[in-house]
Amino acid sequence: MSAGSETARTATGPLQVRGEILTVRRAGDYFVIVFAAPGVAERTRPGHFAAVAVGGHPTAMLLRRSFSIHQVDTSGAMGGTVEIVVDAHGPGTKWLVERKPGDSINVIAPLGRPFSLPKEPVACVLVGGGYGSAPLFMLADRLRERGCRVDLVLGAATASKLFGVVDGRRMASSLHVTTDDGSMGTKGRVTAVLDRILDDYDGQVIYGCGPMPMLAAIAGIAQQRGIASQTAVEEAMACGVGVCMTCVLPVIGADGVTRMVRSCTDGPVFFGEDVRWADVGTVPDDCLGAPVVSQQGGK
Amino acid sequence: MTNSVDMRANLAGAVLASPILTASGCAAAGRELDRFFDITEIGAVVTKSIMSAPRSGRATPRMAETPAGMLNSIGLQGPGIEEFIAKDLAWLRQRGARTVVSIAGGSVNEFAELAARLRHEEGISAIEVNISCPNVENRGQVFACDPMSASSVVHAVRRNTSTLMPIFAKLSPDVTDIADIARSCVAAGADGLSMINTTLGMVINTDTMRPALGGITGGLSGPAIRPMAVRCVWQVRQALPDTPILGMGGIATGLDALQFLLAGANAVSVGTVVFNDPSAPMRIQQELAAALADRGFASVADAINYAHREQE
Repeated sequence: MSAGSETARTATGPLQVRGEILTVRRAGDYFVIVFAAPGVAERTRPGHFAAVAVGGHPTAMLLRRSFSIHQVDTSGAMGGTVEIVVDAHGPGTKWLVERKPGDSINVIAPLGRPFSLPKEPVACVLVGGGYGSAPLFMLADRLRERGCRVDLVLGAATASKLFGVVDGRRMASSLHVTTDDGSMGTKGRVTAVLDRILDDYDGQVIYGCGPMPMLAAIAGIAQQRGIASQTAVEEAMACGVGVCMTCVLPVIGADGVTRMVRSCTDGPVFFGEDVRWADVGTVPDDCLGAPVVSQQGGK
Repeated sequence: MTNSVDMRANLAGAVLASPILTASGCAAAGRELDRFFDITEIGAVVTKSIMSAPRSGRATPRMAETPAGMLNSIGLQGPGIEEFIAKDLAWLRQRGARTVVSIAGGSVNEFAELAARLRHEEGISAIEVNISCPNVENRGQVFACDPMSASSVVHAVRRNTSTLMPIFAKLSPDVTDIADIARSCVAAGADGLSMINTTLGMVINTDTMRPALGGITGGLSGPAIRPMAVRCVWQVRQALPDTPILGMGGIATGLDALQFLLAGANAVSVGTVVFNDPSAPMRIQQELAAALADRGFASVADAINYAHREQE
């Protein structure tokens, strides 16, 4: 489809722009794509995401692919640039990583609710699973600017599925790596090292981004210790802009009521204690408007 | 060039500045899309079908991408009519957008109550009746698939709505003869017909080797179903030459919209393409104006039914 208007309708919030590919480079099993996107970098905060149309024009792949924003640069010669990390596991993402410098992509960004930053300069532990670590580096920069200590935990199934180990060494006070198969760092899950890191550095906030089971575990550890956690969820989205109601999960509101909320507009960042982790993928019986009996059919 | 075309559309007395509307379920209540284009500049916002009570919708996964389309099984998640009126309708009114309110019910009575509740609300251009819901009082059979059930719903809505308010019944393509259902709805008091709703489909996830959607089956939409939609508009136009039709089904460009007008639609809704391009309604409106001008049409009205003309 054609690029939307590049005239900003709002001073904040998402823009729909024609992005120009600058570079596509490999990073382990992933690809880092840098593109110029007028106006986006200035509006982006850590935890925001971008929704990218795939397949060219016209396309048989109607749904945008959403990626958390890895880095932005407002000072580039091309105007603002944006970096995303892509796991080319399907036809849409494969199309995307095959783009060449100079190619156009249609991008909507920044989208979603970003991470909140602590008011006090407390110690923060950032936990990334696989390429879920992508938004944590920009977050680390903002936290350090506020005087927060930043310790980083990166976990993945195997060494090639880790993302950001080199950058992590540079930007974090300490870096801890775990792999399920022991091919790098500690063998096991991130939870195998998290408690010790929180103890050692007096971590007061955990920030996490990665697969749901990892986020659930992080939120559980934070709750046990009585500290805060913020988790950026990876739910399948169709539109990314809040209209399709696809990317919902059960979240407890300020009024104590559970609702099915959109991860694209109410998230992707949620406070860990608000998400009903055990019920993700279901509609809990006590959710607002839950069916009394299960219904089939209709749309 | 393009501004010379009279883009006004008339949906059973509701005069709209443009024949491009959003489609129910693909635009929420307009607020999210207003970030991408000025929603007051299109024909109208058709809101997501609203029911009496708050509704959680179905478990995830709710969506599967398909070739040139998608399958969805949302389950009519929504805040219920009271919150809809207080928040969504109030916002649309304050914003100055023209609004078509889509209503959905699990029983004839629920449709009647929804119509009655909306009767004295300001800022509604038309009511769209989503009869593609399972009738909980009849083993879950979809109202839109049975002429009698469809007729009962439309009749109940008509009785509880001002005679000045256009009522459009939204038809399902999953029927043997869509013209039959169309006639029943018009006989029961529908001023116009919206078509088509999604068509029932299914995807199996070959990794889990289970149905891809939490709801097992889902509604197929997008350009993949466009020829089916154009066919339905054509057939109903042939059967009911004077009934206003709001056409929809896979419209992604101005030329797609033109096909619907030529087949007999008086206006069109733009749905699934919004997930690909949230500014699509405005883009399609501009493309349609250009396409009409290119073909020498002075107005939208002149293009309606044009494909039905006698051979020259």
